[in-house]
Amino acid sequence: MTRTASAAGAEKATGRADDGTPVLEVTDLNVVFPGSARNPDIHAVRGVSYTVRPGEVLGIVGESGSGKSVSSMAAMGLLPDYAQVTGSIRLHGEELLGLDDRAMSAKRGNAIAMVFQDPLSGLTPVYTVGDQIAEAVQVHNPKATKQEAAERAVELLELVGIPEARRRYRAFPHEFSGGMRQRVMIAIAIANDPDLIICDEPTTALDVTIQAQILEVLKTAQRETGAAIVMITHDLGVVAGFADRVQVMYAGRLVESGSVDEVFYRSRMPYTMGLHGAVPHVTTEEKRPLVPISGNPPSLADLPPGCPFSPRCPIAVDACREAEPDLLPVGAEGHAAACVRAAEIEEQGWGVADVYPVPEIPPAEAAQRPRAERETVLAVEDLVKHHPLMKGAVFKRRVGTVYAVDGISFDIAEGETLGLVGESGCGKSSTLLEILSLDRPQSGRVEVLGRASGTGTARDKFAIRRNVQVVFQDPMSSLDPRMPVFEIIAEPLRTHGFPKADLPGRVSELLELVGLDAEQASRYPQHFSGGQRQRISIARALALEPKLLILDEPVSALDVSIQAGVVNLLDELKARLGLSYLFVAHDLSVVRHIADRVAVMYLGKIVEIGGVDEVYESPAHPYTRALLSAIPVPDPRVEREREHIVLTGDLPNPASPPKGCVFHTRCPVFAALGAEEKEACLSIQPAAEPTGTGSGDHAAACHYPDRAIGS
Amino acid sequence: MFLVRRLVNYMVLIFLASSFAYLLAATTLQPRAYFEQRQPPPSQEAIEAQLNDLNLNDEVPLAQRYGVWVSGVVQGDFGQTIKDQSVNEEMSRKAGVTLRLITVGTVLGCAVGISIGAYAAVRQYKRFDRYSTWAAFIVLSVPTVVIAVSLQVGAVWINDLTGKQLLQYGGEYTAGLDAGFWGTLLDRLQHALLPTLTLTISLFAAFARYQRNMMLDVLGADYVRTAMAKGLTRRRALFKHALRTALIPTITYFTFTFGVLLAGTTFTEKIYGWHGMGAWVVDSIVQNDVNSVAAVTCFMAVCVMAASFLSDILYAWLDPRVRVS
Repeated sequence: MTRTASAAGAEKATGRADDGTPVLEVTDLNVVFPGSARNPDIHAVRGVSYTVRPGEVLGIVGESGSGKSVSSMAAMGLLPDYAQVTGSIRLHGEELLGLDDRAMSAKRGNAIAMVFQDPLSGLTPVYTVGDQIAEAVQVHNPKATKQEAAERAVELLELVGIPEARRRYRAFPHEFSGGMRQRVMIAIAIANDPDLIICDEPTTALDVTIQAQILEVLKTAQRETGAAIVMITHDLGVVAGFADRVQVMYAGRLVESGSVDEVFYRSRMPYTMGLHGAVPHVTTEEKRPLVPISGNPPSLADLPPGCPFSPRCPIAVDACREAEPDLLPVGAEGHAAACVRAAEIEEQGWGVADVYPVPEIPPAEAAQRPRAERETVLAVEDLVKHHPLMKGAVFKRRVGTVYAVDGISFDIAEGETLGLVGESGCGKSSTLLEILSLDRPQSGRVEVLGRASGTGTARDKFAIRRNVQVVFQDPMSSLDPRMPVFEIIAEPLRTHGFPKADLPGRVSELLELVGLDAEQASRYPQHFSGGQRQRISIARALALEPKLLILDEPVSALDVSIQAGVVNLLDELKARLGLSYLFVAHDLSVVRHIADRVAVMYLGKIVEIGGVDEVYESPAHPYTRALLSAIPVPDPRVEREREHIVLTGDLPNPASPPKGCVFHTRCPVFAALGAEEKEACLSIQPAAEPTGTGSGDHAAACHYPDRAIGS
Repeated sequence: MFLVRRLVNYMVLIFLASSFAYLLAATTLQPRAYFEQRQPPPSQEAIEAQLNDLNLNDEVPLAQRYGVWVSGVVQGDFGQTIKDQSVNEEMSRKAGVTLRLITVGTVLGCAVGISIGAYAAVRQYKRFDRYSTWAAFIVLSVPTVVIAVSLQVGAVWINDLTGKQLLQYGGEYTAGLDAGFWGTLLDRLQHALLPTLTLTISLFAAFARYQRNMMLDVLGADYVRTAMAKGLTRRRALFKHALRTALIPTITYFTFTFGVLLAGTTFTEKIYGWHGMGAWVVDSIVQNDVNSVAAVTCFMAVCVMAASFLSDILYAWLDPRVRVS
C-alpha cells in the first residue's frame, strides 16, 4: 500500500471507532419519481428505515421493482435530479440527504462505495482498467502522484485475483471477461478502504462458477477493508450464505427483517414464505410442486389500499385491506414483520405449506412406462456445429473455427424432459438452433420423431415443424408487439391450414390451458406482465399440439414468484398433454426440479449425462461437481456447512479449446494429479463412459471420475 | 498490410471516378462553342489548332483523347485549362484558397456544435435544449445561400451604420492593397469573417444535433454511474467519461465533413467571390473546360477517400475496441 493510501486508511480507522454509531442509518426514506404530464408519480420507496452496523453484512431481498436498488442509490446520491428523496440517511451519524453533488462526491467511493449489477457496461470502454482504478484512488487522494496511484491500482488488481496484474493494468475493459470486469469493479469499490460497500445484484449477470468466484472476492474484500456490506439481491441462496441479517422488500416497503436464521426458518410474513416456497432447491430430491404466489407485484403508481401484498396473499383478512401494517417486532429479538397476522403466524408456528395451497400436479402417464418402451422423440448423434471465424472487410478469409457444438449425443423419450445445462458460451443455444433448423447438420445425425433432419422434402420438413415448437427466453422481445394475442396464437394454426371457423374456439382453449383469461385475446403483448407473456409464448407453441417442446431458458428472465407459476404450468402441461421437453437452462435448481434427465455441457461437449437424481446426487465429472457446489442454497445452515469448489479462471475461448480434455485448464482434479496421470488429460479427449451407478444410463466424460476434489 | 490493400482499393476507385468524369465531360461539353463565341471570332484554322493543342478537339476520336489525358494524368499532369493555363497550378492555387476558407470555419462550427449539442443533451428537455434544438433546425432547413446572403445584407447594414467598411463581403482580399504585413492580415481577416461565419453557422447545426444524440446515448450509461460512484462529481464524470466516449463518432464525422467540404463550398465561394475549388467546379462547367472538370472530380474523389481513410484510422486510434491488434 502506498503511503498516502495507508495514511488515509488510518485516518478513517479512527472515525470507525466502535462507539455504537451505525455506519449507515436510514430513517423513513421516501423516494418519489414525479410523473410527467399524464403519467402518475411513482412512489418507489415508501418509508424505509434500517441501520447497518460496522462490519456486518446486510442482505436486502426483493423482486424487481420492490425498491431495493432505488433505496441504496439514494444513499449514494446517485438518483437522478428529478427524484424527490425525503427522510434521512446518515453515514456515521452525518446526514447525507441534502448534501450537494460536490460534498456527496467526497463521500462516494471514499466512505461508501458501490458495486453494480452489469459489469459489462460498468467500465468506460476507452480507458484502461488500471487507469480507471487509479482514478478512484486519485480522486480522493489528490496528493498521490500518478505513479503511486498506479502502484495502488496494481495492488488492488492482485487483491481481487487478477493474474499478472501489472501487465493487465494496461488492458481495456473489452479485453476482460464479465467475471474479471466485476473484479475490477470491486477493486474500484475498495480502492479507498470504504466503511460500507453496497453491492447491487453483483452476481446476477454472471454464470454460477463465476458467481462463486466473485462471492469469494467479496469476502476477501470485506476481510481486507473491514467494511460493512449491503448485499442487494433477488437470490435467496446468495443471501443465505453471505449475510448476517436479511430484510425483505415488497412494493417499496420493508416487510420483514431479522437475522438470517430467523427470516429463513421462522418467516412471519406470507410474502417471505412465498419466496421460500417458490424457489426450487438444488439439493432436494423429492419433487414437490413449487408454490407460486398468485398474481403480479402491484404497480407502484397505483397501490391498492391496505397491505400491498393482500391481493396476492392466501391468508389475507379484511383488516389487511384497510390499513398498511407497520413493521413490528415479532418473535426473537431483532425480528420484525409487517403483517396483520404476524402474531397469529408466530403463535401457530405456520410454515409455507400451512399458508400456501400446494398445487396438485398429476404424474405424467407416459412416464409410468419404462423408458426403453417409449418412443424416441428426438435423437441427436455426434452433432457438430462449427462456425468459421472470418476476418477482413473486403476480402474475407477464414482465421479460425469456433467449436460451438463439437460432437454431442443424446436422446429424449416420449413424455420425458431433458435438461441441457451449462454456462454461457458452452454451446447450449447452438445445439438448440441446430435441432430447430431441421437441416442436415455439418456432421452427425439429428432425428426428430424418427425422421433424420435434412433428408426429406420441404413438405416433410413443414410437417415435422408442427411437432417441434420452441419457447424463447425473453418474453418481452419474442412476441410481436403489434399483433394482438389472438393473432399471435392463431398464426401457426392458420399457417398449417386449421379450419378458420374453429380458430376462436381453439385460441380460447389454449389461453385457458396456460391459465390466462380467454377474454384478453384482443389485447397486445405490452398489456401483459413478463410471466403472462411467457404463458402466451407457451400457448403459441402448443397451438399445433407438438410432441416436442424446446424451451430456451424459459423462466430465467422472470422474478422468482412468477417463475414458480410458469414452472408448475410446464409440469402440468407435460402431464396432461404427454409432451417431451428439451429444457435449456443455466439454473441448475430449476432443471433439477423439472427434468427427468440432465446433460451437462462444457465447451461444445457433453461432459456428463444421466438421470437427474443420479447426476445431482453422485456427480462424476469434476465440472458437474463444481457446478453443483457453486450454486448457493437458500438454506443458511446447509450453506454455512457446505464447502464450495471454486473453479479458477474463465471459460476458454471456444475458438481455441484446450488440447486433450477440454476441461483440464480449470479442473481441480487435474491440478492434483501426478505428472504421469496428467498425460491422459492433456492428450486425449475422454469419451462418455457409463459410471456404473444407478440405472446404467449415467455417463461421464472424464479419465478420473472417481477422484476426490480438494484433497 | 490491411492499410495497403485499402489504399490500393481507393486508388482504383479514384481512377474510375475521374475517368468517368472525363468521359462524361468530353462527350457533353463543347469546347468548340467556347472558341466560336469569342469576339472577334477566330478563324476556323485557329480554333482547330487551339483545340488540338488542348486535346479538346471533338473530331479526334474519344478513345484517343482519353488516351492522351490518361498518359498525362499518370505522370501527374492534368493538362491545360481552356485558357491554356496549367490545370495543376490552377488547382493548387484554388485548393489553397478553399483551405484558407474552410479550416477555421469547420473547426469553429464543429467545436461550437459539439459544445452546444453536449450541453443540450445534459439539459435534455430543459430550456437550453429546446432553444438550441429550434436554432439547429432552423439553420438546417435554410439553404446556405440564404444564410450567406442574409449575412451580406447584415454586413451592408452594419457598414452603413458605422460609416466604415468594417466587414468585407467580396473577394478574398482587396486587390492592390499596400499596407504592410499587419495591414494585409487585417484586410484578409475582414474578408474572411463573413464566409467563415456562414460555414460555422451551417455546420454548427448538424454537429449540434449529431453530438446531442451521441451524448444522450452515453448519458445513462452504467460507466458514467460507476465514475460517479468512484467519487467524481457529476460534471467531471460527464466530461471525462461520457463526453470522451461520445466524441469518437463525432470526430470521425468531422474528418469526413472536412474532406467533402474541400470541394463542396460552392455557394459560399461564389457568393463571397472567393476563387476556390467549389467555385471552380461551376466555372469550369460553364466554360466547357473538360480538363478542369476532370481534374476537379479527381480532386473531390481524392478528398473523400482521404477523409474516409483518415476517419477510419482516427476511429481505431480513439476507440480501443476497434483497434487492430
